[in-house]
Amino acid sequence: MSAYFLCLVLFAIGLYCVVRKRNIIKIIIGIMISEYAINLLFILFAYRKNGRAPLFSEGLEIKNMVDPLPQAVVSTAIVIGLAITVLTVAIALRIYEKYGTFDITRIRRLKG
Amino acid sequence: MFLMIICAVLAVEIKDLFSSVIAVGAVGLCLCVIFLILKAPDLAITQLVVEVLCLMILIRATIRRDLPFSTSGRWFFNTFITIIFVAMFLSLGSFCLKELPSFGHPIMKVSKFYLDQGAKISGATNLVSSIMLDFRVYDTFGEATILFTAVLAVMTVMRRRARKDVNEPEPKDDQ
Amino acid sequence: MTNSDNLKGMTLIVKTVSRLTVGLIMLFGIYIVVHGHVAPGGGFAGGVIIALSFILLMLAFGKEKALEKIPKAVASFLEGFGALMFLGLALLGFSGGYFFANVFGRGEAFKLFSAGEIPLYNIIISIKVCTGLFAIFLVLVLLKFESKLKGK
Repeated sequence: MSAYFLCLVLFAIGLYCVVRKRNIIKIIIGIMISEYAINLLFILFAYRKNGRAPLFSEGLEIKNMVDPLPQAVVSTAIVIGLAITVLTVAIALRIYEKYGTFDITRIRRLKG
Repeated sequence: MFLMIICAVLAVEIKDLFSSVIAVGAVGLCLCVIFLILKAPDLAITQLVVEVLCLMILIRATIRRDLPFSTSGRWFFNTFITIIFVAMFLSLGSFCLKELPSFGHPIMKVSKFYLDQGAKISGATNLVSSIMLDFRVYDTFGEATILFTAVLAVMTVMRRRARKDVNEPEPKDDQ
Repeated sequence: MTNSDNLKGMTLIVKTVSRLTVGLIMLFGIYIVVHGHVAPGGGFAGGVIIALSFILLMLAFGKEKALEKIPKAVASFLEGFGALMFLGLALLGFSGGYFFANVFGRGEAFKLFSAGEIPLYNIIISIKVCTGLFAIFLVLVLLKFESKLKGK
């Protein structure tokens, strides 16, 4: 139980970072932390005590494996997180070229 | 787990951009180790490699662009509201956590089919690969599309040339 | 000052070491891709590893030498090619009855050529991921240098 709660705490830290900070790079870091927390939560659901990795080996009888379904889903989610990070960093670079600053309050005031 | 939370708090609070990017790298590395402890080797490899790539791109973006952190007014009020919001979120979340199965004993109704029949039907010994590429290959197709779209979008965002040479010839249907 | 350093490449130690290890990294990535159905790994992780080997080449030697290995036109062609091949392989399953059916034969387990068309999917995905990430990195690095050279 405490493992799930720590995951939520990690997600809340990322959320606080997105809401509160003023630097765009800090906001991107907050998005990354939240995404790591959610992937971890999925894998925590899939763990069986004394389980083994979901791979067959030669000639060995495997009785209890961990759940392979969330692992396939999270493997996709990790690559999606990469695409999110890359795209937001590209947009942040463009903003820096146009406005000369990363501060979001100043970006709202300079228009055009 | 505690190490990850400490690193995350450090990443959020440090004013220097470069150090906070390194702290995010530490968070990702701890996440990879936790994936290994939870017996998911596929994910550990993918997470490690993707983490390194994210770090490289972030460092490229922030290497010479430090910004002095300036606080305007209403700082205390903002932080207070945010902390109240986060506390509400955590308390409501912990209500939901009581409904979940306890840690270590998952309910495997859907996965029973994959565990028993997966290797026979698809013929692959790596069950995660067989789920991702044989039973549920639509999702993988969607992910390939996402990567393609991301590359196109990055190329569009970073365009340099203005499209002047397209607009130059006059339209000829003014008759 | 550091701009011209980045354009020309890094110091001699970095160049020598990376010349030795780039081939190993690419071999390791191809190993992970091809053994995707027997050992952990699969298309995405392997494709990213192969892309990292090219990026290492670009970081250590400067942009021009890396562009010699894979010119820009080849990179963009390969990426669209990868996406279309994925769709083509999926449509091939129509002959089996439904979309994405697994029509090739299944060899024995634990061999390299088992499991129908899963290895082909892995290879196609790795091509797509590799060229996509290389193109992204090229665009991000290229534009930064142009903006600094123009005297922003």
